[in-house]
Amino acid sequence: MWDYLVYFVNATVLAAALRMATPLIFTSLGGIFAERSGVINIGLEGMMLIGAFTGMLTSYFTGQPWLGLIGALIAGALMGLVHAVAAVTYKVNQVVSGTAINIFAVGVTVFLLRWIFDVAGTSPSVSRVPVVTIPLVNRIPVIGQIIGTHNIMVYLALVLVVIVHIFLFKTVWGLRLRSVGEHPKAADTVGIDVFLTRYLAVITSGALAGLGGAYLSIAHLSRFGDQMTAGRGFIALAAMIFGKWTPFGALGASLLFGFANAVQMRLQELGIPSQFVQMVPYILTMIALAGFIGRATPPKAIGKPYKKE
Amino acid sequence: MKLEQSSLTSREIITPIISVILALLVGAVFILIVGENPIEAYWVLFSNSLIGVSSIAATLQRATPLIFTGLAVAFAFRCGLFNIGAEGQLYVGAMAAVIVGVSFSGIPKVIHLPMAIIAGMLAGGLWASIPGLLKAKLGVHEVINTIMMNFIAYFLTDYLVTGPFHGGRWTPETARVFPTAELSRLFPPTRLNTGIFIAIAAIILVYFILWRTRFGYEIRAVGFNPTAAEYGGISVSRNMVMAMVFSGALASLAGVEQILGVHGRFIQRFSPDLGFMGIAVALLGKNHPVGVFFAAVLFGALRTGAAAMDRLTDVPRELVVIIQALIIMFVAAEELTRRLIQRRRRA
Repeated sequence: MWDYLVYFVNATVLAAALRMATPLIFTSLGGIFAERSGVINIGLEGMMLIGAFTGMLTSYFTGQPWLGLIGALIAGALMGLVHAVAAVTYKVNQVVSGTAINIFAVGVTVFLLRWIFDVAGTSPSVSRVPVVTIPLVNRIPVIGQIIGTHNIMVYLALVLVVIVHIFLFKTVWGLRLRSVGEHPKAADTVGIDVFLTRYLAVITSGALAGLGGAYLSIAHLSRFGDQMTAGRGFIALAAMIFGKWTPFGALGASLLFGFANAVQMRLQELGIPSQFVQMVPYILTMIALAGFIGRATPPKAIGKPYKKE
Repeated sequence: MKLEQSSLTSREIITPIISVILALLVGAVFILIVGENPIEAYWVLFSNSLIGVSSIAATLQRATPLIFTGLAVAFAFRCGLFNIGAEGQLYVGAMAAVIVGVSFSGIPKVIHLPMAIIAGMLAGGLWASIPGLLKAKLGVHEVINTIMMNFIAYFLTDYLVTGPFHGGRWTPETARVFPTAELSRLFPPTRLNTGIFIAIAAIILVYFILWRTRFGYEIRAVGFNPTAAEYGGISVSRNMVMAMVFSGALASLAGVEQILGVHGRFIQRFSPDLGFMGIAVALLGKNHPVGVFFAAVLFGALRTGAAAMDRLTDVPRELVVIIQALIIMFVAAEELTRRLIQRRRRA
């Protein structure tokens, strides 16, 4: 029994779980921004994909993976802007707009990949942001093995969780953002610009999803592949819901989903099909939404365009 | 949109047309980027998909599954539900049809084929009933649940096609269904099959149900105003579940057609986003069965012509995916097209 446990829960697996959780952390934090302001963002998947592509492209042409991150951030923000213009200004159904962004992202990335590199499938290899070792921490037994050495983006994701938490719950801007998502009319009466707040939130959402995508193409790997996000944007959405729209909740859910991903190969060896393990995040999210494990309740004004009277 | 109105208004026809034109114009920018002539590229695209019997047959074949997924999304929409789970529903439907298709031999086609089709519809309908029930009984938004169930369907069918029903040699696919479970080809070498007749029957049936039956009236009443419907003695929750079941059954037919009419077997992740394209088709067709038909044919033509354009010009075929995404955005942004129309009137 103990042997089994150690086989599944050990430093190697947990370190892998953290690596796999990282793109989910970035993107689910992005989801929190949009949804807390009252805008559904199921376009996270597409925003990630665009971020992954732009990160690769910028790194390829400049040789600077750091610029790649900035490129991914800007590209993701631009997709966020598109979603904001559609959902906030033109009052397009937010689910429709997100779906359009997802389809657009698949089309445009493959289109550009084929046109720029004349290849189908995978981009050339590019330089990526470095792996770093945290001095001292890496010497601690077990813990050092789990968190001591990672790509710098892994640490960036963890720091962002804290920053977003402080922003949302300890600053006046965070309070405004949440009030816009819960009760836009009341927010408007006290002088908060609902439109501007939602624009900024959705743009930030896209920027973070773009970074989540860039993690895949210029941190975890060093190339872009067609549809390389492979549904991670939707898992991030699930992590956001399972984490009840809070940064630390999303972190926990991302880690859990990352862990499920990291152990699936080992479970396969025991005769448990990996596909059933891969289903876990989605099933858990449905159960959480149904209220069976502490009901996950979305912000009140979610999905409703705001009309100024 | 009025509750009783069963035909499309002129604005409901003009808006989609303007949206398509806008999308093609933005698409032209992408064609210019790769250094080709938009008019020539579009000519190649549409002449290879709309001129000549075999081109039209190919277009209709690509349109067939989109008619099903478009109807599925439109039907749920009429009840006020957003089914973005058509993709998952068509996967479980296709798998159920294949299981029936490979498991029985020696029974006549008139029994085997309907059995496979009905198995698919039941599976798709059941699959969709889950988010329907969760919405009706617990008030959980169907959008998230249908997304989640798409992924569960992917992994479930991934497992079945590589595990218990694996029939390929090295590739993740099932064995071929028996010929008695196949939809016959109509214009070889194109892959147009008798599925198109089922699609046309489905269009008529959906129209009939929505506007000629009490059930359809209730569905539309719930979609129009659930509170008023409830006051009027209509069970909102029952109709929501039924609408999802119907929607799922319609979506599953897209998978059934692909499997029994095109591939002859279940291939892992065979669908080129047919379920998501169904959302586009429903929006473009203004959630009306006839509109869905024309929208599906347009999308079928885009997909068919894309292959020729890819071969004969430097424009990658993914241009049409971009165009489809733009069409969704422009159709959905009604206010944008409305402003464009008004500006023209004023000028």
